[in-house]
Amino acid sequence: MGTQRYLLGKVMQLVLTLFIVVTFMFFLFHVFMPGDPVQVFLKQAGAKYTPAQIEELKHRFGYDQPIFPNQYVQYLKDTATLNLGYSTFLYPGESVTQIYWTRMGKSLILITTSTIASMVIGVLMGIYGGWRRGGRVDNSSMTSSLVLYAMPEFVLGMILLLIFAKWLKWFPAGGYDSRPKTDYTGLSYVADVANHMILPWLTLMLAYLGEFYLLMRSSLLDVLGEDYITLARAKGVREKYVLRHHAVRNALLPTVTLIALSFGFILGGVITVEIVFSYPGVGLLSYHALQNRDFPILQATFLFAAIGVMVANLIADLTYGYLDPRVRRA
Amino acid sequence: MKTETIPPVTDLPPPLPPKKVSPSRIRWLRRRRALTRFWAQFRTNKMGLAGLVILLFFIGMAIFSVFANPDRLDPTITTNGPVLAGPSWAYPLGTDRDGISVLSLVVEGSRTSLFVGLTASLISMVLGSAVGIWSGYRGAFSDVVLMRVTDAFLVIPWLALAIVLAAVFGQNLWVIIFIIGLTSWAGTSRLVRAQVLSVKERTYIERSRALGGSDWHVVSRHVLPNVMPVIFANTILTIAIAILSESALSFLGLGDPLHVTWGTIIEDAFSHGALSLDKPLWLLAPSACIVLVVLGFTMVGFAMDEIVNPRIRER
Amino acid sequence: MSVLSVRDLEVTYSTKGGDVPAVRGVSFDIGKGEVLGLAGESGCGKSTIAGAILRLHAAQTKIGGAITLDGEDVLGLSPGKLRATRWTGASIVFQGALHTLNPVQKVGDQIVEAITVHHMAADKEAYVRAGALLEQVGLPPRRIDDYPHELSGGQKQRVMIAMALACSPSLIIADEPTTALDVMVQAQVLKLLRSLQNDLGLAMLFITHDLSVLVEVSDRLAIMYAGKIVEEGAATEVFHTPVHPYTKALAAAFPQIGDPRFRRHPSGLGGDPPDPQHIPSGCPFHPRCAEVTDVCPEIDPQLWEAGAGRRAACVHAVGAPAFEASQP
Repeated sequence: MGTQRYLLGKVMQLVLTLFIVVTFMFFLFHVFMPGDPVQVFLKQAGAKYTPAQIEELKHRFGYDQPIFPNQYVQYLKDTATLNLGYSTFLYPGESVTQIYWTRMGKSLILITTSTIASMVIGVLMGIYGGWRRGGRVDNSSMTSSLVLYAMPEFVLGMILLLIFAKWLKWFPAGGYDSRPKTDYTGLSYVADVANHMILPWLTLMLAYLGEFYLLMRSSLLDVLGEDYITLARAKGVREKYVLRHHAVRNALLPTVTLIALSFGFILGGVITVEIVFSYPGVGLLSYHALQNRDFPILQATFLFAAIGVMVANLIADLTYGYLDPRVRRA
Repeated sequence: MKTETIPPVTDLPPPLPPKKVSPSRIRWLRRRRALTRFWAQFRTNKMGLAGLVILLFFIGMAIFSVFANPDRLDPTITTNGPVLAGPSWAYPLGTDRDGISVLSLVVEGSRTSLFVGLTASLISMVLGSAVGIWSGYRGAFSDVVLMRVTDAFLVIPWLALAIVLAAVFGQNLWVIIFIIGLTSWAGTSRLVRAQVLSVKERTYIERSRALGGSDWHVVSRHVLPNVMPVIFANTILTIAIAILSESALSFLGLGDPLHVTWGTIIEDAFSHGALSLDKPLWLLAPSACIVLVVLGFTMVGFAMDEIVNPRIRER
Repeated sequence: MSVLSVRDLEVTYSTKGGDVPAVRGVSFDIGKGEVLGLAGESGCGKSTIAGAILRLHAAQTKIGGAITLDGEDVLGLSPGKLRATRWTGASIVFQGALHTLNPVQKVGDQIVEAITVHHMAADKEAYVRAGALLEQVGLPPRRIDDYPHELSGGQKQRVMIAMALACSPSLIIADEPTTALDVMVQAQVLKLLRSLQNDLGLAMLFITHDLSVLVEVSDRLAIMYAGKIVEEGAATEVFHTPVHPYTKALAAAFPQIGDPRFRRHPSGLGGDPPDPQHIPSGCPFHPRCAEVTDVCPEIDPQLWEAGAGRRAACVHAVGAPAFEASQP
């Protein structure tokens, strides 16, 4: 069936791209990085080792093997089994995968819920704005969308922080929960976390809302000029129905494609927003790792971020395949 | 049926007089005419004009910062202004933690911020257009390979890549510029390729090749002039993104410590507690500049897009 | 009583650059079972008329005059009644270019939409009827499950025709239905239209720039120029013995194979159709006219008698009043 072939094709593309990404990472961290990785590690750790011990370290990490194919293959194997090494400076000795695991969930809740909300609201508003072009809603939405688009996410976060946490004191200024000052459990803990999450959530939601609004509106306006819209009206179909079943169904196609392109930017936004709100997710972790040049953690950040974007793109591709029968060649 | 006498073939028109105008002059005149036409259309676009005004203001600020910024920043000199002061006549936007006028910082920052934005997007444009044109024009194997690479770059999350590259290669202005260029060329490439594909179908390309035009000739004389408007509109929008990217990188502390940009001012303010100390102006002044400049480029870019893109939409 | 009666129709678009009078006073009738061909160059207003009959233009477009379809005043209908009249009173077959059919919807669904919107049948029955309609236009009924991209240009056009017949309208407006098709397919579609029109006794308004097509299909022919009708009459007569110089030029522009007159130079018509916002004074055709006289830039030509059942808006028409040039 055409759908299966489409799906398979997309998954294979994902695997291929992942392969390219991992290879790129290998080149970057094991080939191009100035200095021997072990030297870098030693310089950071600040300890003095005898040459014999240095050789021992090299051997343990496999750096005395030839780069191709041994180190490369080993790297691939390690990555595939999520054996991502050990933190060098931030949490010395701890497994990178373990460090990530504890924080991944917090970031995921934040990203997925805010992005979905942003997409849904942005698209719905865009439909309305495009349908009632030039109306008051459209004009004000256009202006605010442009401003939101032009604002870096962290600036938006800082403004929200100022207004709602500092001046109005409605929400806490950051963090994930109020422990150890309090020890809520169960539902009140959830409420506590939600209370802390609202501002960063709102920041991420608003940051991309403008872009989604503009995209959907633009697509809709393009579609409304097509002949089949005129034909539907000529058939005597009600306007609302024309909008929903003819215009929107077609306008969603380029919108989905364009929204998929912004996933990379959304991930970037998460990092900076987590910094602003001291939200203990993988973004903040990466920031600290950056400050300390903890390369294993940085590598993991890159890998997971790339995987995240690829998975999101896959979902977008599947959605597109569902919406557009033309790509599902029977 | 009565057969009529076949009318004689009318004489061919007389030969044209010898050309007095060189082909390059004709090209120049044609280009100037296209530009005037473009400007006539652009002038009627309110959004574009507003954006242009904003841009001119900030470009003026940047030029001013080169020649006449009175508090020209030298890291080894500390001024003796009051630390973290509020707005006053002497310091319209207050001062930072070293007592330096925020206004001076903002003016100084405009120069490097704009420079990074422009240069990075230039790299992005050149790289993206080259790949897009090559891929679209050549087709076949080059197209497949280049598009796979482009897709890979489109998927890579730019900030994660930027962090990694900066951590490895250091925090230097040119590294930043290069990183931004590297993470944004893929979008341009896709757009240019699509445009090249549609231009390739046109018959004058076929004719040019039938007449023996080499690839270079066809591309530079026929493909490029038709793709340029789209590239140009896209580049303006890329500059906006580049400025945003630079600010994010600086906010993460990856900025060049020897240069002031709006991003580095924000980073400095944020990490030194401008928020908790309730000194928002230090933070908000460079932020407002970023927002305004990006707005400016975006509005101009959208306006250009409307003119350049063959959409049949009444506005 | 005629199926469609148009009186002094004027359609003016509102654009950023001012008002554009696309149609400047057009009147015609179409009787039951009759085919009226409407010909003219691009921009003369003929497609605008098609849209006006079903009031498909944007709200800002100003429409004046009277359009009576099946006895009802179309321009005065309330929105609800208008929607009911659309497709049941008159339906349109558009030019079969790329996006006349919704690309993400099955073809059968789009035909069924026309049926169910007018409550002519419930779901299952509607699909059966759609299948029957496809058969009528020469397509296998199972094609109702196809998407538009799975059909060829000619097949898509047949679908459009089937859709147009779905609610058994009194009038079919064919707006350039064969323009985007290649010649062989064109012939098939024309044959189909003609046989359907005959069998079902439909009235048809056939709009195109291709005069040779019209001669085959129409009973009567009307030639449009610059928003007005400049000649009308029986189709074959208008084509073979044109009165208005514009009609003469149009007819002459279609070369007949074998006719030695066309051996060496295809005769064309110099110049361009006038910009609707800058229509020449007097007779709008006078700048390009081969038989122009001194009075032409000054008079306002009406459709005068030009023979039996013929009218032409030209000083050379038999029934045109005598004019005096205001300056020698």
